[in-house]
Amino acid sequence: MINLTINGKEYPVEAPAGMPLLWVIREQCELTGTKFGCGIAQCGACTVHVDGQPIRSCITPASSVEGKNITTIEGIAPDENTLHIVQQAWIEEQTPQCGYCQSGQIMSAVALLNENPTPSDEEIEQAMSGNICRCGMYGRIKSAIKRASAALQASTSNPLLP
Amino acid sequence: MKKWTRRAFIGTGILASGALVIGVAIRPGNRSSKVAGLIAEEGETVMNIWLKISPDNTVTAIIPHAEMGQGVHTTLAMMLADEMDADWSKVKFMEAPADKEYANYVVAKGFIAGDKTFPKFLEGTIDGVFLTAVKSMNFQITGGSASVRFTGQQGMRIAGAAAKAMLLQAAADTWKVPVEELKAEKSTISHPASNQTATFAELAQAAAKVKAPKQPRLKTPEEFTLMGTSQPRLDIPAKVTGTAKFGMDVILPNMKYATIKAAPVFGAKVKTVDTSIPSDSEGILKVLNLENAVAVVADGFWQAKSAINRLNIEFESTENDGKSQDDILNGYQMAMDKALEEGSIEEHFRSGDVLNALSEAETIVEAEYQLPFLAHATMEPMNCTAWVHDGKCEIWCGSQNPLGAKAAVAELLDISPDQVTVHNQLLGGGFGRRSETDVIKQAVAIAKEVDYPVKLIWSREEDTQHDVYREATISRMKAGLDESGNPVAYSHQFLFKHHPPEAADLPYSVPNQLIQFTSPNSFVPWGNWRSVDHSVHGFLTESFIDELAFAAKKDPLAFRKSLTQDKPRFQKVLDLIQEKSDWNSPLPTNWGRGIAIAQSFGSIVAEVAEVEVNVEGKVKVHRVVCVADAGFAIHPDGFKAQMESGIIYGLAAAMSGEITIENGAVAQSNFHDYQVTRMSEAPKIETHIINSGNPPGGAGEPSTPVIAPAVTNAIFNATGARIRQLPISKTDLRVSIQQAT
Repeated sequence: MINLTINGKEYPVEAPAGMPLLWVIREQCELTGTKFGCGIAQCGACTVHVDGQPIRSCITPASSVEGKNITTIEGIAPDENTLHIVQQAWIEEQTPQCGYCQSGQIMSAVALLNENPTPSDEEIEQAMSGNICRCGMYGRIKSAIKRASAALQASTSNPLLP
Repeated sequence: MKKWTRRAFIGTGILASGALVIGVAIRPGNRSSKVAGLIAEEGETVMNIWLKISPDNTVTAIIPHAEMGQGVHTTLAMMLADEMDADWSKVKFMEAPADKEYANYVVAKGFIAGDKTFPKFLEGTIDGVFLTAVKSMNFQITGGSASVRFTGQQGMRIAGAAAKAMLLQAAADTWKVPVEELKAEKSTISHPASNQTATFAELAQAAAKVKAPKQPRLKTPEEFTLMGTSQPRLDIPAKVTGTAKFGMDVILPNMKYATIKAAPVFGAKVKTVDTSIPSDSEGILKVLNLENAVAVVADGFWQAKSAINRLNIEFESTENDGKSQDDILNGYQMAMDKALEEGSIEEHFRSGDVLNALSEAETIVEAEYQLPFLAHATMEPMNCTAWVHDGKCEIWCGSQNPLGAKAAVAELLDISPDQVTVHNQLLGGGFGRRSETDVIKQAVAIAKEVDYPVKLIWSREEDTQHDVYREATISRMKAGLDESGNPVAYSHQFLFKHHPPEAADLPYSVPNQLIQFTSPNSFVPWGNWRSVDHSVHGFLTESFIDELAFAAKKDPLAFRKSLTQDKPRFQKVLDLIQEKSDWNSPLPTNWGRGIAIAQSFGSIVAEVAEVEVNVEGKVKVHRVVCVADAGFAIHPDGFKAQMESGIIYGLAAAMSGEITIENGAVAQSNFHDYQVTRMSEAPKIETHIINSGNPPGGAGEPSTPVIAPAVTNAIFNATGARIRQLPISKTDLRVSIQQAT
């Protein structure tokens, strides 16, 4: 039995040794916003934050993140009725197509903006190139990150951190 | 986003007074009360199969297509709401249940009629024929860039217009005023002269008793209020919060997980496997021999995957065990030679006398091209949840073909299709892959061995190695130019002809043409891959025409213009792309510019790529300008998004996409060796839409076929190296670029 803290909530789970965090999140915690894409940290669909840092949950053993703060796509909005600035920007740019990769894209974007609120094009490309989008919405993802960055600059009362 | 659920069916299937259900002209025959039972809740009126009106005056569009990112739910709802003059803020959508009542007659009609529009007066006759054809085919597919073109144009719009006509008539009858004096606006009918108004909902019951118009008048583009605008997509909010449900996300009470290890060589069978539960594994419930694969059922996917990796499975040997990619390609060359020698090669198109024209030509240009197998690599790996219980089967998955799935499951279990329920979910990418039923059948084969629901998930490795592939192929092209550089003869021999049938047509005026093909056997399973045969012929035709332009010493864009003077739509697209791409402006050293144009799925798309080839031979595509004659773009931003998507999808294939066969099996396994375009490699895309007044063209596929040739033509422009083999990564461009600069 291990205790995971996900989006501020405690989840006591039975995870066999070596079981990746991804499958605990999806199957045991039933938080299905985090996606399985490749299983070898190549596509970024499974990106979550551990103590604010983006990690690939498909290769991270659940046991290694016990006691840390895990944040998934379900946990980034400030409250039930408000979207995160990045989520809002995603809607304004009409970014997703099929949408399957977008949780991972958004988690990577949030981590980037936490680290660097005004990234250049090159910095965005570098930070986001671990996230594949087979619908090819890279232009819109980039625009949405810039829009979120601008909204962040304009907002003094709306902290980005969840 | 509302889906039909079993619970809703049992709870509310009682509405069902047949009098409330009304057919529209394009779906002749009695609209059955059965459908009303499936989609209507208490107090709701089903106006026809594509919409219902709720007591709160909400209009729900019932969409017989799957959402895989193309925005079809939004766009089709817009088409219906616009014709109906419904209040868009009160319009909802619901995906139609997989039921034969929703067999998509209009899609089938579009396909069978070969994308040709036919005279209005024939529609009645054609419907009769197609009805029978489609019933036997069980169509409810999403593909062929067809949703807007067929379901939208001939289904949703007519349904909306018919509903409005009926509501107007109901108001006229109720108020005893001439129908011409009434106005429909924002889900309300009003009679300004007598100052009376009523909502759609208030008139719905009366309207349902009005005789449906046979040919309701459709709006002209000037009257559109929603069509031609970019309404925010209805499916997007759930996709940014992680709440959108894909097949992968289905959770059912007592559900278990399964994964498989398929025979690596196509067609091979399992020879031996120990199906007892391995003693060293936790949470393993079942090991199953599925003949062509082994499945493990467990408490979780990871447990199942870990266990299957440790199983000792022996597969039978087959005649394909030793086959390599070279064997396949050599076989293709031999098959082509043989077909030509024996005269068994089939004719795709012939005009004039090619042999004679070639013998008299001033210049002969000859080239051989080669394309690789391609996998779909949807973001969401293949999966399906199945539950076999009480003589019934329920499945949950994202399918482009839910009725096909239903039929396949019924056949597999030997039960009536009525006992099979398909709960279609959002698709994490389709691109043609999710029109297959292989994974669904496999999930059911596993589920029938247990008494609980099972979610089958394929690993990315299985997804890559057991896809259905765009074929690898070769092609031989030959053309003759006269002394002024005009092409007078065009000969093309290619392999395989799937669909659409016109894909190999040459859009250029060449008087003597002979286009032929043969179809050798292939043990590698084939499947629809975004744009299907156009993904092959876009590259072949547009590469070769570029070679001809060079041989004729003409500008590639001007050359294309000179050969399409009988095609005004092509002329306009070429003019606009010349302007928007700054075609004649100089580029930096090591850069090149290339163009390609093709008509597919009713749209004409040209792309100009600007590429840089550095001294290491590495290709970077900086900018793609895309001009599309969309006929009429119902949702311009959605259309643009589809152009962007198709370009990146085609670019991934052009740059590095290649599935190869080694020892009879696919050599690649995951995104590290089947590489796709990432953000750092993605060009800036600028899309310009032409609304030419023609019927709406497809959006999901037509930008894919031309990106590869636009890029390779640009590489030729930069380096002088003509790429005749895809992917581009196979060609070492170092020497060419060094010589060029």
